[in-house]
Amino acid sequence: MATSAELIEIPSGTPQIVRDLAEQKGIRDFTIQPTCDGITTIWVSRQDLRTVLNYLKREAASPYTLLFDLAAIDERQRIHRQGLPDSDFSVIYHLLSFERNEDIRIKVALSEASLSLPTICDIWPSANWYEREAWDMFGIVFEGHPHLRRILMPPTWQGHPLRKDHYARATEMEAFSLPDERQEIEQDALRFVPEDWGMRRHSEDTDFMFLNMGPNHPSVHGAFRIALQLDGEEIIDALPDIGYHHRGAEKMAERQSWHTYIPYTDRVDYLGGSLNNLPYVLAVERLAGIEVPDRAKVIRVMISEFYRLASHLLFYGTYAQDVGQMSPIFYMFIDREKVFDILESISGARMHSSYFRIGGVALDLPHGWDKRVREFVDYLPARLDQYDKMVMNNGILKRRTQGVGSYTTAEAIEWSATGPNLRATGLAWDYRKARPYSGYEDFEFEIPTATHGDCYDRCLVRVEEMRQSVRIIRQCLDNMPEGPFKAYHPLTTPPPKARTLHDIETLIQHFLNVSWGPVIPPGEACITVEATKGLNGYYLTSDGGTLSYRTRIRTPSFPHLQMIPLMSRGMMVADMIAILASIDFVMADVDR
Amino acid sequence: MSAGLGGAGDIIGILAATIFVAAMLIWVERRMLAIWQDRLGPNRVGPLGLLQVMADMIKMFFKEDWIPPFADKLVFVLAPTIVFITMLTGFAVIPFAPGVGIIDFNFGLLYFLALSSLAVYSIVLAGYASNNKYSLLGALRAAAQTVSYEVFMGLSIMGVVMLAGTFNLREIVEAQRDGWFIVPQFAGFIIFLIAVIAESRRAPLDLPEAEQELVAGFHTEYSGMKFGMFFVGEYLAIILSSAMIVTLFFGGWLGPWLPPLLWFCLKTTVGILLFILLRGALPRPRYDQLMSFGWKVMLPVALLNLLVTGAVVLSLAG
Repeated sequence: MATSAELIEIPSGTPQIVRDLAEQKGIRDFTIQPTCDGITTIWVSRQDLRTVLNYLKREAASPYTLLFDLAAIDERQRIHRQGLPDSDFSVIYHLLSFERNEDIRIKVALSEASLSLPTICDIWPSANWYEREAWDMFGIVFEGHPHLRRILMPPTWQGHPLRKDHYARATEMEAFSLPDERQEIEQDALRFVPEDWGMRRHSEDTDFMFLNMGPNHPSVHGAFRIALQLDGEEIIDALPDIGYHHRGAEKMAERQSWHTYIPYTDRVDYLGGSLNNLPYVLAVERLAGIEVPDRAKVIRVMISEFYRLASHLLFYGTYAQDVGQMSPIFYMFIDREKVFDILESISGARMHSSYFRIGGVALDLPHGWDKRVREFVDYLPARLDQYDKMVMNNGILKRRTQGVGSYTTAEAIEWSATGPNLRATGLAWDYRKARPYSGYEDFEFEIPTATHGDCYDRCLVRVEEMRQSVRIIRQCLDNMPEGPFKAYHPLTTPPPKARTLHDIETLIQHFLNVSWGPVIPPGEACITVEATKGLNGYYLTSDGGTLSYRTRIRTPSFPHLQMIPLMSRGMMVADMIAILASIDFVMADVDR
Repeated sequence: MSAGLGGAGDIIGILAATIFVAAMLIWVERRMLAIWQDRLGPNRVGPLGLLQVMADMIKMFFKEDWIPPFADKLVFVLAPTIVFITMLTGFAVIPFAPGVGIIDFNFGLLYFLALSSLAVYSIVLAGYASNNKYSLLGALRAAAQTVSYEVFMGLSIMGVVMLAGTFNLREIVEAQRDGWFIVPQFAGFIIFLIAVIAESRRAPLDLPEAEQELVAGFHTEYSGMKFGMFFVGEYLAIILSSAMIVTLFFGGWLGPWLPPLLWFCLKTTVGILLFILLRGALPRPRYDQLMSFGWKVMLPVALLNLLVTGAVVLSLAG
């Protein structure tokens, strides 16, 4: 190995992991790219890709075990890429190491003439859907992939939507019409054919029944379809089919100014409201180099925790309801209504408040906010204790959910599970603790975990998280700093008004930020937060314009749904409902 | 046969009253659940929302009465009438009060058991005729559930029969003058209660329709009045079940001061509210759990209850 190390000139300041790669694996052909988020980013060649990923996952000391994200980017119109390898399309593998508490990003450059890469489905099973998505959106072929077909777009779709030359607006197309023949074709294309997915219709002694659950079914929480292979009521296999809620949030980001995209982020995990704004504005601020004042940070934390409560309360209620318990959801809706009342009095809106801004928050806290918040944090814990008696300690509910749909920590990591669904297996890893953002390091709270990783434990973890959220909100209440709620920075949008009337420069800046939107310097940043359902990350690429060049949204629900077959094999139809309820997903968060 | 039973007045009065009460129960259930769930429930149509039932009926009558093209038409139409008719005819033997009732059979209890097991045909046929996978799963669950729980239902009330020494419902009520059978037959009561919930497919044992799992189970494809018959049939089943519980375990019409008929109605109302409360409070067990609970817990307890009752009756008689 020493020989290969001698051959490569390793510049000083190279991250240790890259040195290891060069020394132990003899990888010579790499480029290190500096990024705003400080994540080690290296470009490797297509030939080395599998060796590098295999090494990082299996052989490296303190390996990178979690495939955090896999995405692509169309680089053909990008101007600012000095020092980077030539590339028409790049594929990005974002890995996370729990032991190192560090990320690494591997990029591969592809030319338009040969858009293909070897699959990594055998290294990470969760890569399956990600690779299908990259194929669907960019037309990149992953050789050796078992079922490389469309995942988000309809099977009849022409073209690859996230390519820069694909149209983005209805006005760029012919008027839409759906004649009967076309409708027939579309419907036929959606027909589930078991053989296409390698499922058999019979075994030696039974004919299997194929049950189409969804896209409209009371318990699939949105437009989501699962094809079930059944033997009686026992599930032999399940095939989730997503994409019915796809709205092209990533494509829209390329047509909206940095500022006007904020409301779209609320609607990605639509139960999480402004908590979704957070990774987006944090990423934009990182690109722009904005330092947010303390008051804004604490307000953001408080609002985020309120949204976490709202989301978890809805989860809790629907969870009980899906197991057939009718009443809890109504009690929890009352509590959730109180959360929304507070959010409304602070931000003016309830579910989708779009309250965060680049550089701060939209408005300062209203007069008397503390009274309402205090009433609420005094009120909720007693209610949560009641719900414990009603739901979590109910014998029938326990029998329905304990030991159902369980997986181990190792399986969870293989399948890229994050958030409460990962913590339910016993791994106490919370982004707010591990890599505090927005001032979470100043708060005292615990990371609730459970041990079995089954449906019951996934709920248990979330119930405990609600108590911790109340605790965090109480600390926000008692320690709210004074000061500005927005940064004095030229790129803060909309900029603080007060100074604009004193000199022409700030007035011009104000005018430009409001009319064109801020011009964010070129660069790349991926910021992740602990969202309601797991890790939610925004990977922004700026080309120095008023629009984002590429916005990649890594959502937690996408990989979680991919685990459904793993969790449901050998279970009953009724268990499937409990499993779906316990995953806690919304389809907007899956399909984007 | 006691005098004055089975007159035209009795028949028409009881028929009208049960159908009226069953229809009103739709409102009662929605209001009661709402109150227990911190909501208001239907309160807009008429005073206290009482005319909600009328509005619902009008809506149902004017709905398109659709028969799916893939269904077995004759059976599809026939199925909902079976549950409706069997439940209504079940009321024939209910001893409302001395002199109030339709018929006084010596085998009244067996008649009730027979009719309540006939009702399952309605569900199974509806599920089969709909030709829909969800309906089929619902029908399969209904068949298994009803057939098993019938066994425990029959066994659970044999203790009452032993104590009263008769299958005649009026004589069973009379036999409770010295004390309601709920006291010596508490285990029998619990088993009977669970079994009638399972038989009438009420939540939490509504597995054949289990909204969250099977959409609407056996009646997924039903609409309009045919759906209405299933709907009202379920409420008829509740009334019939609580009337039977009152007759067998709570002394029927017996009670001081008030007229017997009023006592019967009051007790039955409490029974009905209990059914609604159970629906509001409990989650639904899984299909296989329900089955194993039946055969592994309910059956031994029912048999034990029978043995002990028999031994006590014999030793007292001896």
